[in-house]
Amino acid sequence: MQALVIVAHGSHLNPDSSTPTYDHADAIRATGAFDEVREAFWKEEPSFREALRTVEAEEVYVVPLFVSEGYFTEQVIPREMRLEDWDVSDWDSEDGVSASSATYRASDVEKTIHYCGPVGTHEVMSDVIVRRAESVTGDPEVGAGFGLAIVGHGTERNENSAKAIHYHTERIREMGRFDEVEAVFMDEEPEVDDVTEFFSARDIVVVPLFIADGFHTQEDIPEDMGLTDDFREGYPVPGEVDGHRIWYAGAVGTESLMADVVLERAAEAGAEIGDARSRIEERSAPSVAGE
Amino acid sequence: MNDAQVEALVEAAEEGVETDGLRVPHDGTGYGFETPEVSHEGLSEAEFRTAAEESPWFVSNWHYWTHVVGGPGSARYAFLRWVEGADDHDVPERYEALSAGTDREWGQLSITATLGEDGLRRYDLRHEADTGVPEDELEGYVDPLDARRIATYDDEGRYRPLSTAPTLRTGWVYPDLEGAALVEAVEFLYPATVENWHRERRGELDITHFRETAERQTGIYSIVDQLTVEELDAAAEACCVDSQCLKRRMWDEDEETPLDAPRGEEAFPCREPCSLLVTAARKFVTLGREETRSYEFELTPTEKEQVEEIIDAVAEGRVGAIREADLNDGANRYRARYLRALRGGEHGLSNTPTYPEDHG
Repeated sequence: MQALVIVAHGSHLNPDSSTPTYDHADAIRATGAFDEVREAFWKEEPSFREALRTVEAEEVYVVPLFVSEGYFTEQVIPREMRLEDWDVSDWDSEDGVSASSATYRASDVEKTIHYCGPVGTHEVMSDVIVRRAESVTGDPEVGAGFGLAIVGHGTERNENSAKAIHYHTERIREMGRFDEVEAVFMDEEPEVDDVTEFFSARDIVVVPLFIADGFHTQEDIPEDMGLTDDFREGYPVPGEVDGHRIWYAGAVGTESLMADVVLERAAEAGAEIGDARSRIEERSAPSVAGE
Repeated sequence: MNDAQVEALVEAAEEGVETDGLRVPHDGTGYGFETPEVSHEGLSEAEFRTAAEESPWFVSNWHYWTHVVGGPGSARYAFLRWVEGADDHDVPERYEALSAGTDREWGQLSITATLGEDGLRRYDLRHEADTGVPEDELEGYVDPLDARRIATYDDEGRYRPLSTAPTLRTGWVYPDLEGAALVEAVEFLYPATVENWHRERRGELDITHFRETAERQTGIYSIVDQLTVEELDAAAEACCVDSQCLKRRMWDEDEETPLDAPRGEEAFPCREPCSLLVTAARKFVTLGREETRSYEFELTPTEKEQVEEIIDAVAEGRVGAIREADLNDGANRYRARYLRALRGGEHGLSNTPTYPEDHG
């Protein structure tokens, strides 16, 4: 028996925070790759603290639905899950974007825990960002004539958060698919407020590297970019700002292909997933703009 | 009972069987078959099958617990046994009760177990307030995964960050669940309650008291260990009693220092301060940093009581239930507005500045 536990932040205030976690968990459940799939949250239930006891399997793959290595993945989750002898160096990620997985016992259950790196720094995440751009434009070939901006929170609490953004920016730039690819941030330079200044392309797809839609992605970023004066009135897709057309995608974490990254993390840690990845890819064919 | 169950019993007889009064001893000289009512030994296989067919309840009961639920050990098994009172009633008593429906309550959930085909159990799961409501008047559910959506909002459409708050919405039913699906649905509505209840029954509940939880915190929550025991008691009274959360509080300040706040009455335990309590504790610590002061207010005795009534109404969550024109209720909106118009001022209540030193 093997179980997958997807761990995410959750919220005491925003009911939509857990939605992507549930959606990706359900997509993986539907593949049948795991005997059990369970969600766990810092702010909702089951808590990180009690998640492992809610599964019966002895082999458990824990995949953090977080965008970067840092405070939550390195301190909070291992501590709350009681991973014995956790040491961040076990992840062998000196550059802050290379965490793979490491195996532990947890002190409150008789189980083997494979603790995986966060989804946000996995290389497949670059494909999810591109897929998000396809979804928001409704164009599976989107790229030529378009700029792509990847938005990060910034360094406020964790320098690795910017590293993840730069990592995917560089990878997607190397794909040569978009005319320009740039990293922008909410609370450091270059700022998302000035996004149009960084592109010469008329069309710019803006994809925030966030797991869930909430205050930052639905209120701050659209207002900061000048897409809307009042988030309550929504924003147009695409929207005109300073002579550019902004295709604002909302949190990348809501993209259905994210489930593929979760699976890939677990598979790299040793989970038997059969053809589950191809089944996720079939399910998550690009959707159309405005959905 | 059906043929497959008898077949499974014949197969299991080699190893010997002992479940809920059914004994199938195996000594190599033939089959035995015992229930509280009958006792056979030295049976041929054909005679054994006949004996089994004459005690269908015992056979299908054995089959359900060993082959469908999967045998003892798991929290799921223990919970499903508890649902039908399997440890307190023998098989004939249970089968008679199950044919009418055996009811259990789990927080605000009402679970009714009945007999399906060939001794399989079927379970009806709904809000206890919907007990007796015809199924077609409720929103029907099949998939346990949907229970997460049921748990998200209360009857007024407000988000429920705490799954065991006594605000589970009404109006829904899972009319026909199998055992595993029942446990799954219950675990989506009240996460980890079944497992923690099971640990407690075995005397293995791992309680983490407040001090230990507080000391473990980092980041913005590292200050919560500054909460005094008096403040912690008030916090538990505010957040953890049954009117706020149905889990039965088993943690205290530490192992030696019990809190005075009532623990609660429900079946399932709370083994550690939750994230909501930790978040609240952080706020309470910052509130506790202020010193008290003396203020002088001019209020009539009734107005003083009205202020207290307003605090009570908010604390008990009864504001929404106060009738629009009930001017005898101090927390009525017109009464509160009148108090504010009459006694409020630029500097707030009774026009007394919060920081008099800032106002000469």
